[in-house]
Amino acid sequence: MEYKDYYKIMGLSRNATPDEIKRAYRKLARKYHPDVSKEVNAEAKFKELGEAYEVLKDPKKRQAYDQIGRDWQHGQPFTPPPEWHTASDFGKGFGGIHGGGFSDFFEALFGQANRQGADAGAGAYGRQFHAHGSDQHARILIDLADAFNGGERLITLNMPQMDSQGRVIAKMRTLNVKIPKGIKAGQRIRLIGQGDPGMGGGDNGDLYLEVEFNPDRYFHAEGRDIFMELPVTPWEAALGATVPVPTLGGRVELKIPPGSQAGKQMRLKGRGLPGTPPGDQYVTLKIVTPTPKTERAKALYEQMAKEMPMDPRTEMGRR
Amino acid sequence: MKNEIVVISGIVLDESIRLSLVELCQFAKASQEYVIEMVEEGVLDPEGSSIHNWRFDHKALKRLQIALRLQQDLGLNLPGSALVLDLLEEMEQLRRKLQS
Repeated sequence: MEYKDYYKIMGLSRNATPDEIKRAYRKLARKYHPDVSKEVNAEAKFKELGEAYEVLKDPKKRQAYDQIGRDWQHGQPFTPPPEWHTASDFGKGFGGIHGGGFSDFFEALFGQANRQGADAGAGAYGRQFHAHGSDQHARILIDLADAFNGGERLITLNMPQMDSQGRVIAKMRTLNVKIPKGIKAGQRIRLIGQGDPGMGGGDNGDLYLEVEFNPDRYFHAEGRDIFMELPVTPWEAALGATVPVPTLGGRVELKIPPGSQAGKQMRLKGRGLPGTPPGDQYVTLKIVTPTPKTERAKALYEQMAKEMPMDPRTEMGRR
Repeated sequence: MKNEIVVISGIVLDESIRLSLVELCQFAKASQEYVIEMVEEGVLDPEGSSIHNWRFDHKALKRLQIALRLQQDLGLNLPGSALVLDLLEEMEQLRRKLQS
């Protein structure tokens, strides 16, 4: 396991006062809180911060942590000293709000002592120690095609699990999750009992997956409706044409009426994401003019200018 | 541990979901008192005329869960987390607009 420099994580010096520790925590918690933060790795940083604070805010734990010495570097391989478990007793209070998600380093220093405390307490009161596992939240990125077709998708989550000695260890966990047809961005899937494990017979927490779409080259979704821009030639727009249009369900033919202008929006009913009712696909025309590469092509443009003079800027007034 | 992968399907929390007060509390592991307080503060806005037929939608569940986390992790009070919730939603709307 690796040594964790909790002071460094919190940007504090080793002689920081309890007030400074609290202030640093609040400030960094606002910065990295997964609900608020747009920082990369906010979730991991927030967990690390919670762990550091858990140790430094508690005078007993902080003192024990300081005893390990200051010669360690953050990330250096670490083994706790052999006399460690007899040296300290951290009593009860296992878990708390951040329970379950701490590093091996933390668990090696404080985890087992905590569990012993909890067990001893349970014996004295003749009651079993148990706690509900906390819910987990994760965002998953899927393709629009996945939402259209439905199907299974492998997702990898960093989840703590209990080993045979009852210690919590961080494990990568892979789940094969069924993506329901027609799911929309921002919608959540609740997987009962797939969150953090409960303790001593407590129920597992639940896992909430929030769906987001990978950016697509052609489509973007708003709710169940799909939007896209369709390039057409000036003559297709002017004379009308039937052109192929990609949709999530495959190609369809779209009839462009004569005299269409750029920016015209057309609707393909029911061609969006499936549902009751299904979404529509909106197609916005984008007129692409060919670059005149030959004298003859130039002459054609000049002829158009002569025979169909127009000023598309008349309504803009003069400046 | 065997590395076996089981396909899991869950409940989609979409527009059709309606939760009673008891169900909402079960989902979010929150106390009823707390949820009632949130309704009184205007943070949650259930359908239904009385507490016995309150029905909460998927957005309410999400708001409640975020509010709980904000209070636990950042020490915000109820009006403070209500404000953050509104700002977060506005941010999300703007972000989606930017993407489209």
